[in-house]
Amino acid sequence: MKKFIEKLLGKKKVNQSTIETAPLSEEQLGSVSERLVHYKPTQLLVGSAQSVGKQRDHNEDTLLAVNAVLSDGSTEITFGVFIVADGMGGHQNGEIASGKAARVMADYLLSKLYPTLLGLRFDDDNDSLQEIMEAGVNRAQQAVLSKAPGGGTTLTAALVIGDQVTISQVGDSRVYFLYPDGRIQVMTHDHSLVRRLVELGQISEKEASSHPQRNVLYRAVGQSEPFRPDINTHVLPNPGYMLLCSDGLWGVVPEIEMLRVVKAAANPTEACHQLVELANSAGGPDNISVVLVQRLD
Amino acid sequence: MDRYLVQEVIGLGGMGAVYRARDLHFPNVIRLVAVKEMINQAADPILRQTIIQNFEREANILVTLSHPSITKILDFFTYEERSYLVLEYINGKDLEALLNTTQGFFPEDQVIAWAIELCDVLNYLHTHKPEPIIFRDMKPSNVMINQQNHVILVDFGIAKIFKVGQKGTMIGTEGYSPPEQYRGEASPMADIYALGATLHHILTRRDPRVEPPFTFAERPIRQINPAVSIELETVINTALQYNPKDRFQSVQAMKDALLVVARKTGALSRVALRTGPLAHEQTIKPLWTFKCEDEIRSSPVCDGNAVYVGAYDHNVYAVNSTNGEFLWKYPTEGGIVSRPTVSDGIIYFGSEDRRLYALMAKSGRLSWVYDTEGPIRSSPRAFEGHILIGSDDGFLHAVNLLSTRVSWKLDAGKAIRSSPAVSGDMIFFGNEDGDLLSCDLRGQIRWRFRAKRAITSSPLVARGIVYVTSMDGTFYAVDAKSGWAIWRFRMGKASVSSPCIADNYLFAGSADGNIYCIEATNAKEIWRFKTDHQVSGSPIIYQDALYCGSADGNFYCLEYKTGRLRWKFSTGGAITGTPFVSNDIIYIGSSDHILYALLP
Repeated sequence: MKKFIEKLLGKKKVNQSTIETAPLSEEQLGSVSERLVHYKPTQLLVGSAQSVGKQRDHNEDTLLAVNAVLSDGSTEITFGVFIVADGMGGHQNGEIASGKAARVMADYLLSKLYPTLLGLRFDDDNDSLQEIMEAGVNRAQQAVLSKAPGGGTTLTAALVIGDQVTISQVGDSRVYFLYPDGRIQVMTHDHSLVRRLVELGQISEKEASSHPQRNVLYRAVGQSEPFRPDINTHVLPNPGYMLLCSDGLWGVVPEIEMLRVVKAAANPTEACHQLVELANSAGGPDNISVVLVQRLD
Repeated sequence: MDRYLVQEVIGLGGMGAVYRARDLHFPNVIRLVAVKEMINQAADPILRQTIIQNFEREANILVTLSHPSITKILDFFTYEERSYLVLEYINGKDLEALLNTTQGFFPEDQVIAWAIELCDVLNYLHTHKPEPIIFRDMKPSNVMINQQNHVILVDFGIAKIFKVGQKGTMIGTEGYSPPEQYRGEASPMADIYALGATLHHILTRRDPRVEPPFTFAERPIRQINPAVSIELETVINTALQYNPKDRFQSVQAMKDALLVVARKTGALSRVALRTGPLAHEQTIKPLWTFKCEDEIRSSPVCDGNAVYVGAYDHNVYAVNSTNGEFLWKYPTEGGIVSRPTVSDGIIYFGSEDRRLYALMAKSGRLSWVYDTEGPIRSSPRAFEGHILIGSDDGFLHAVNLLSTRVSWKLDAGKAIRSSPAVSGDMIFFGNEDGDLLSCDLRGQIRWRFRAKRAITSSPLVARGIVYVTSMDGTFYAVDAKSGWAIWRFRMGKASVSSPCIADNYLFAGSADGNIYCIEATNAKEIWRFKTDHQVSGSPIIYQDALYCGSADGNFYCLEYKTGRLRWKFSTGGAITGTPFVSNDIIYIGSSDHILYALLP
């Protein structure tokens, strides 16, 4: 808890020596004072970008973003569904798998949540958000098994309602939280076999990077064995960003670079575009998908 | 192809289907066989040919095997891009199907009997000449239990030959294989680990494939299934060691160990690796005690050098916090079951005589009193010059401290015994109708969340989420802003215990006798601690320990990260209140009429 709070608040590093600083330009002042503006209703600014990369001949990634806001005198709801799915497997089943999984998941979340969100229908026996997320992943699993047999996909979904975001995770696509003070935190756990072996001390980091099974996931949508997704609820960074991406980005672009690009970009779309460019200029070994969500409040 | 008449599909694997078929070679009898189909997906003709050769080589080895626990291979052939194995048809169910179609734990004796047979067949394979055969794929779905209740290994992993090397990310389901298998090592010790994993799964009913790999040690068998003997757990734990050299060095050795367990000679207990958490029961002596005239079902509060507590004898007492000396008492006309609040030298509390009292904390003299229409069992909360309190009259009352009159009342529709929580500009409380309500500081309802039964416990608000337990036996996490349920956690029985939080862990008691610890972000159970009666009081966390009373009369101190018992202190009656800590001293009341001051 203490660590968490420290992380949250940022350990203050005070530079003891007095250093003369140049006066801030109008633009710089603008970016600082901008934080003082209070946006009402609270809303999400969303960008996304995708690229096949430089070494693959077709795209097996799927990204999906739904962003909504409802505000009247008594209600204020911020709502968003963000998904990244990274397909795998031959015979084009990879792209079918990721596409199916993302669509089915989004369809389930929206059909389950929208009517209640809009206040049109109320169900006394409402499932909790985490149960709805899990049911959504199960639907995606069924869809992939029947529509893309042999194919598989990662499925990372973030559901924003109000101040909270509920994240479901299968595979090794990731969700990051980025804070303006320079912290970047990965909020998901990769379901990677080699990662797990490293954690257990069975192999070294070096062995991991050349391990023949470094691409093996121990959990993926489409696998024949049963599984449960990881589902967690967190407070959405405020101020700050949430970034979803496939391994085509995080496996290539260092976190510190991601943070730099996001902070410097004019808007989330621009940031996503630049991140994809960075991954491609580093070789672009895989498909790249990025969704960036900024919370304005 | 003409020889086998396919009757139905009995299984679907990654590489193709398994059919039940009738062998037409015997026209006068019905002879059933299982036909396993494997599809050769390699595009490259040389690779295709290699796969077929490997298949035939492996099949030739399997044909030579003869053991009562191995399915006989009757035939094999390749037809275009498909290869087939014809096996003896087993009328039975595999262990995975058995797990899925039954409930409750398998008896230990049954599992030991299966385990010994599995050791026998693995031993047969491992001592095969000229080359030992490593099974490599021990898991419940590969173990059939036939009509005579004997085990039969069904899948010799021959299908793996047909797995074409894929580029990029792949799926590999784990669960039963040992870590070294991923270095490409296959030894008899790998089968021993997988057998341990299989036994772990069938004894605990916790599927390792839905857990992160190699985490059996985090799910101790006896913690999940206490009926399992420590001897059997020890054998399985030995088989599941990360390091192959720490496991049994042969299946024969494992079988011997199982036989010892079966005979229950107790020989294994001498080499027991772990005996489970043994509590270090320190003797805790109270610093002082103070006796009231009737039961204390309420919770004390300490402020400065006084402890205040209400009792069923209608009095509120003030006692010196360091030595337990009586300071003053104030009589009301009803029992006091809630916790007083102290603010600015005034102590506020409600009584079952329907009144909210304000007394001078120093002298116990009455400052003012406010009437509600029903008994008060909710504890007051101070906020912005007001006292908030719920009443059995169904209203939440906001009483102005300057005017001592009500500023607003909120009609909740049913008795409010839950104590309101204030966070930011929002107020949260439950009612006996099962509603969790949220209102603003002017008493305007923002949202209403419905549980199935009364919410008597008091909500906890942390990181924008309201946590509360209900009489419906569920622990809820509800978004503070919208009133959406984020997760639900089922406890064994109803709960009136108010949750508390430390790190990412939530704690609450239940009438099922347990104190639960669950993860705040995902409602996963971290541990539970069983007391001998209902836990209706609420836990608190102080430093690295959790303190909580139970209706069994004990006051427990647990390590909050593990749930391990540090000490317990017995009182003469049920404990239903919540402790209070101040200056390292813990105060708790009991139905034995006594207020205890404990120094851990």
